[in-house]
Amino acid sequence: MDALLLARIQFAVTVGFHFLFPPITIGLAWILVIFEWIGWKKGDKQYARIGKFFGDLFAVTFAVGVATGIVMEFQFGTNWAEYSKYVGDIFGAPLAAEGVFAFFLESFFVGVYLFARGRISKGAHWFSALMVAFGATLSAFWIIVANSWQQTPAGYTINETLGRAELTDFWAAVFNPSTMIRYLHTVNASIITGAFFVVAASAYMIIKGRDTELMKKAMKIGLIVAFISSILQAEPLGSRHATQVAHTQPEKLAVIEGVYKTSTNVPMLIFGFPVSEPEPHVVAPIGVPSLLSILVGGSPDTEIKGVDAFPKEDIAPLWLPFVSYHNMVGLGLFFILYAGVALFLNYRKKLYDMKWYLWIGVLTLPAALSASQFGWIAAEVGRQPWVVWKILRTSDAHSTNVAASDILISLVILSLIYSLLGAIWIFLLKRKVDHGVPELKGRKEVAA
Amino acid sequence: MDLNTIWYLLIGVLIIGYAILDGFDLGVGVLHLFAAKTDKEKRIHLNAIGPVWDGNQVWLLTGGGALFAAFPVVYATVFSGFYLALMLVLLGLILRAVSMKFRGGMEGEGWKKTWDMGFGIGSLLPLVLFGVAVGNILKGIPIEADGSYAGQFFGLLNPPSLLVGVLSLVLFTMHGALYMTLKTDGDLRNRMHAIAARLYGASLILYVLVTVYYAFIAPYLFRQVASFNLFVITLMVLFILSFALIPFLLGAKKYFFAFLSSCVFIAALIGVVAVNLFPMLVPSSVDLAYSLTVYNSCSSDKTLMVMLVIALIGMPLVIGYSVYIYRIFKGKVVIDSSSY
Repeated sequence: MDALLLARIQFAVTVGFHFLFPPITIGLAWILVIFEWIGWKKGDKQYARIGKFFGDLFAVTFAVGVATGIVMEFQFGTNWAEYSKYVGDIFGAPLAAEGVFAFFLESFFVGVYLFARGRISKGAHWFSALMVAFGATLSAFWIIVANSWQQTPAGYTINETLGRAELTDFWAAVFNPSTMIRYLHTVNASIITGAFFVVAASAYMIIKGRDTELMKKAMKIGLIVAFISSILQAEPLGSRHATQVAHTQPEKLAVIEGVYKTSTNVPMLIFGFPVSEPEPHVVAPIGVPSLLSILVGGSPDTEIKGVDAFPKEDIAPLWLPFVSYHNMVGLGLFFILYAGVALFLNYRKKLYDMKWYLWIGVLTLPAALSASQFGWIAAEVGRQPWVVWKILRTSDAHSTNVAASDILISLVILSLIYSLLGAIWIFLLKRKVDHGVPELKGRKEVAA
Repeated sequence: MDLNTIWYLLIGVLIIGYAILDGFDLGVGVLHLFAAKTDKEKRIHLNAIGPVWDGNQVWLLTGGGALFAAFPVVYATVFSGFYLALMLVLLGLILRAVSMKFRGGMEGEGWKKTWDMGFGIGSLLPLVLFGVAVGNILKGIPIEADGSYAGQFFGLLNPPSLLVGVLSLVLFTMHGALYMTLKTDGDLRNRMHAIAARLYGASLILYVLVTVYYAFIAPYLFRQVASFNLFVITLMVLFILSFALIPFLLGAKKYFFAFLSSCVFIAALIGVVAVNLFPMLVPSSVDLAYSLTVYNSCSSDKTLMVMLVIALIGMPLVIGYSVYIYRIFKGKVVIDSSSY
């Protein structure tokens, strides 16, 4: 295999694996803020215990997230040296800003949140949880800024003499056309993931009959958060994001939606298998007539450019972005349905007797993690063949001075270590859940 | 002072911050391999750095981001050139991060031993390899006229660089032992005291060896020493004084000041090297004229300015809450239900 392909696989493995954890910790951190708030303000010992319990699960997840995140800061230099030289003038700044403004905040306050329970006042302890959530959410902002600049670059000029892109307008680069909508979409996806993390853990414990009373309280909050955020994810966040892609990256829209011929009255496909040969077409398409035209332009007469409108060398692979995108949308609809029905069943006092429904609740966590991965794959593979949209091709971006054999070595080792970490993470979570919610003990309680 | 020089200074500050702070974390990790006898002592080591190591590590990540933003050519050339070595450092740091958390996840002798080893190796490997990397950079790497450099992993393992690697290991383990004297009591503290004293002697010998070796192979590292400008003189005085004071403060059991002295020494050591290296960031061993400098590897003035504003707003905040958090956890290690 050549160095470029290996570098791409390694990037996909390291980012993909890392991206399992931040969505959980960002979302869960906000839910911990809720638990700890009730525990502190209402002096409710039960919520304090719930907070400590999910805080422990958070800690294990956070550790793996931090560990796998270390690679992120350096692999642009190691594997994408040409990219780093070409866009470092713009792309480095948000990464540094993430460190300065967000990552320090999150990391130091995580220490306080996890280790100073009982050592500081309850108010200060709640504040540490808030700072963790705030830091993590701010961290996501700068990362999305960097990534969105790759999708819809702005605020730059190309310096031909030095052969690089240079910053001309910082705010235009930060708030490029896709930043805000992609940020809200991603953070909301994280909140969904964190909420279903709580739902999955508490559903499992209710099924096993462990700490049922506490877990019912946790599950209810998880379901409410999941329901609201899942609805918001479809409308307005999802549809607005799609509209933004339609306007700023029509090639990508055509690929993810499976539009191969330019026309009006374009349906929105909800199912199908894209095939490239002999001509690009979708096998077994099921869709809502004219809906895509209406969503993009407000009327069925809106013309949508298909893959045929663009040069072949500027088009992403057809299959993977289409399938990933549609899986994400399907899972998103499932989340609304699951949380909505669960809340209704809870209202009718039937939820906790329906074990099969609780089992589905356990599966919402892998489902939410998959939805994030699918969304990310659709966004990043849909951006191909560009590493920076219309500025730099992926094939011109990798380190030309690193041997394929070296990348193969690191790829194999990283994959092995990551598989091991993933397995241990699941093992430890299951162990903690099986042990139930511990009593609050240890240091003397300091009055708030 | 131009923006390039300011950013040279700021990158230096980030490196110093990382070296002082995560330096003692990594040192404690190495100590934990051989100085901690019982499970309780091992937990004391872990919890001595437990609440702060993650924040300390962010100095490295921010340093990486800042280098990317301010000197992208250095970021790209060095990291891709040192490919496998850097990957090993990252593996070490990954291992350290998870081992601390995983260790307490389950009872059982084998489980704990595994993660103790992970924590120790994950601390030792970065200390040695950071040293080796610095050793290679200081002696110059074969950067061609067009700025390209293709490194070989085994080419990095040359005698002078390995010597710097050992110095780094010994020096920061001493730094870690000095930190541990603040976090422990009784017998364990006496042992940390003795280890620090022994490693001090070893550091001194290694430092002299490295200096003599590099005087021959990298004379440019000494070109400012006799320049008699006030800044350099101050640095040199701090450098010598802080190192000389450590054994006396340690002997007098002024542990906090001994640790502080070690912090100042690390800062001054990096400062002295940086002053001599300037304006080079990475000397070329092919021809010094091909070196990567603050002028030929930097971002545009616009970016350097934006980054300066970000640093000036952000870093005082970081230092502010870092101090607050260190105060919460000051004093001897207390093991409770929240501990590792």
